[in-house]
Amino acid sequence: MSEQKIAGIIEKYRGRPGAVIHALTEIQHANHWLPREVMHKVADALEVPFSQVMQIASFYKTFSLAPRGQHEVHVCTGMTCHLRGGARLMAKVEEITGLKPGETDTEAKFSLEAGSCLGSCSIGPELIVDGKHYGRMTPERAADVLKQYD
Amino acid sequence: MPRLQTTAELETLRAEILAARDPAKPCIAVCGGAACDGLDSAVVATALAAELKNQGVESKVDFRVTGCHGYCNKGPNVLVGPGDICYFEVKPEDVPEVVASAAKGEVVDRLVYRDPVSGEKAVHMSEVPFYKHQMRILTGDIPRIDPTRIDDYIAVGGYGALAKALSKMSSDQVLQEVKKANLRGRGGGGFPAGLKWETTKNAPEKTKYVIVNGHEGESAAFMDRAMLTGNPHKVLEGLIIGAYAIGAQQGYIYTRHDSPSMAKHITAALEQAKELGLLGKNILGSGFDFEVELHFDVGIFVSGESSALMRSIEGNAPEPRPKYIRTSVSGIWDKPSNLNNVETWANVPEIINRGADWFTSIGSEKSKGTKLVSLSGHVVNSGVVEVPMGTPLRTIVFDIGGGVPGGKLPKAIHFGGAMGGSVPISMIDAPLDFDGMSKLGAPIGAGGLLVMDEDTDMVEIARYLLDFLVKESCGKCVPCREGMYQMLKILTNIVEGRGRKFDLERLADLTEVTSLGSLCALGKTSSDPLKSMLRYFKPEFEARIAAGSEAK
Repeated sequence: MSEQKIAGIIEKYRGRPGAVIHALTEIQHANHWLPREVMHKVADALEVPFSQVMQIASFYKTFSLAPRGQHEVHVCTGMTCHLRGGARLMAKVEEITGLKPGETDTEAKFSLEAGSCLGSCSIGPELIVDGKHYGRMTPERAADVLKQYD
Repeated sequence: MPRLQTTAELETLRAEILAARDPAKPCIAVCGGAACDGLDSAVVATALAAELKNQGVESKVDFRVTGCHGYCNKGPNVLVGPGDICYFEVKPEDVPEVVASAAKGEVVDRLVYRDPVSGEKAVHMSEVPFYKHQMRILTGDIPRIDPTRIDDYIAVGGYGALAKALSKMSSDQVLQEVKKANLRGRGGGGFPAGLKWETTKNAPEKTKYVIVNGHEGESAAFMDRAMLTGNPHKVLEGLIIGAYAIGAQQGYIYTRHDSPSMAKHITAALEQAKELGLLGKNILGSGFDFEVELHFDVGIFVSGESSALMRSIEGNAPEPRPKYIRTSVSGIWDKPSNLNNVETWANVPEIINRGADWFTSIGSEKSKGTKLVSLSGHVVNSGVVEVPMGTPLRTIVFDIGGGVPGGKLPKAIHFGGAMGGSVPISMIDAPLDFDGMSKLGAPIGAGGLLVMDEDTDMVEIARYLLDFLVKESCGKCVPCREGMYQMLKILTNIVEGRGRKFDLERLADLTEVTSLGSLCALGKTSSDPLKSMLRYFKPEFEARIAAGSEAK
């Protein structure tokens, strides 16, 4: 992620205090996490106190204050997925990756997240890697899917 | 495209679009909805586009990728017109045959629906049991529209209602029509939309806002996303008409950030509507100005609550505020702000087009029109369903849903996600209706309907739902933040065989305090599922507690 791109995003929202969420969302999507110095730049450019940027960044679950893994793994824990065995799938994915939801491994390969509900209930339980949905997932098949990202 | 100056120019444009199209020309529509996408419909779509070239029939057969067709678990769905021939579970290797048959006007027999029991075939959409029992007023156009092309929406009559409202009706007349239609909010409350509009319209401030709530945080609800992704212009048209009736100058569409196609389709819809002059200054020469901005939720359930959502649009953390003064009077930046759900807005163009009398002819006594339902859980056919209000749950679960898979018996029906409720299957003849379901303890919420089979552990489900809500509470009100946590602790103990005598009494206490002492709906209704489960499935809780004490 180039600093230039982040600077470009911040520039777009300069002087617009109401656009903190917009700016942080774009940076999060592009950079996958929000470094502290970037949040300082956002605060300065959008003319809001740093504490407000931090409040928003720490409140919403989408924002990450620590670097993320190369691949973002989501296991849907919504109601339908849960009814259809989502918890067993999550346990298996935790075992394979050695991570709990919210964690990133030391080599920064995978980040694991619990998500609910991601809206593809008809094909739950679901495993989602870097935005690609894998429907009707079983604990057995999860290992094969994750291997592709090794 | 040139900016349209008058309603007559819109009609001319529509006539031109239609004249360039041949209704008899075959068209292949591939579903790109959330579930089909998860089943690799994009690969099928790519293969189709290539095969049309390969067979040299590009000019003879139209092709489009659409939003959700509805029958999600049978995806990837492919619909071939004219005649709406339905193909299910289409794989890339089926594509050459689909294309060749479409060009010749034939049917690929092996890809059509077969009844799992009788083996009976159903070729056309109107014959497939999943669709046959529905009334697809809001969703019917989705398979006919490429959501990224405004032409497709105009071709099916789109923006006709807006033209009618702007050229033939005063803002008061539009409001009266919606009031007369008794359109009730589809987001969960069921509050009459017309009355809400009127409050904002009559509020003294000049600056007013209208908002589409497309947050859809309710677990197991996915119909709003299907609507907004599959036909964004319909929702937008409803919003513009509402803004005209209310006198709002600015609109917001608030939706999820985690669905890339939805964001793309809404952004494209806004750009195209602006280009044609359906948004912006002096819309269709009426003197009415209106702009719309897209905002994203960034991942917390409570931001679907109206006052929290408005804080979020202002750029703040989404904490609900007390509603001594309603948001329809004092909302975004303390200006009157009318918020309605995606589905509510989508109903508006239909009401203006066909009139309140037509709308009130559909539905039950106090709930009019159709309702979108996300049907999932332990059910054979899962997907987005649209039925008239008042349809018996039996029709939805059995005739449309095909019952429970694996020969199991259904045990309960759950409505409304984590703040809804469960009713036992013995109530399956109850009608789908705002008031009726509320009385039974399972308010329909936004419309997520889950079927639970006989093996479902209701105590565990109650625990699971609270676990979900504990993580989603914003933490502002102590009874919500701490009360739910205590309830979760007790339920976890019961589930894990450590239940104690008087646990149910303690739970009853906590549910009462949490309901009374919390500001917003999240806290107030957090214990609703538990209450409904204790109402209908109490023996299960008691047995678990008894088994736990015996084990000691």
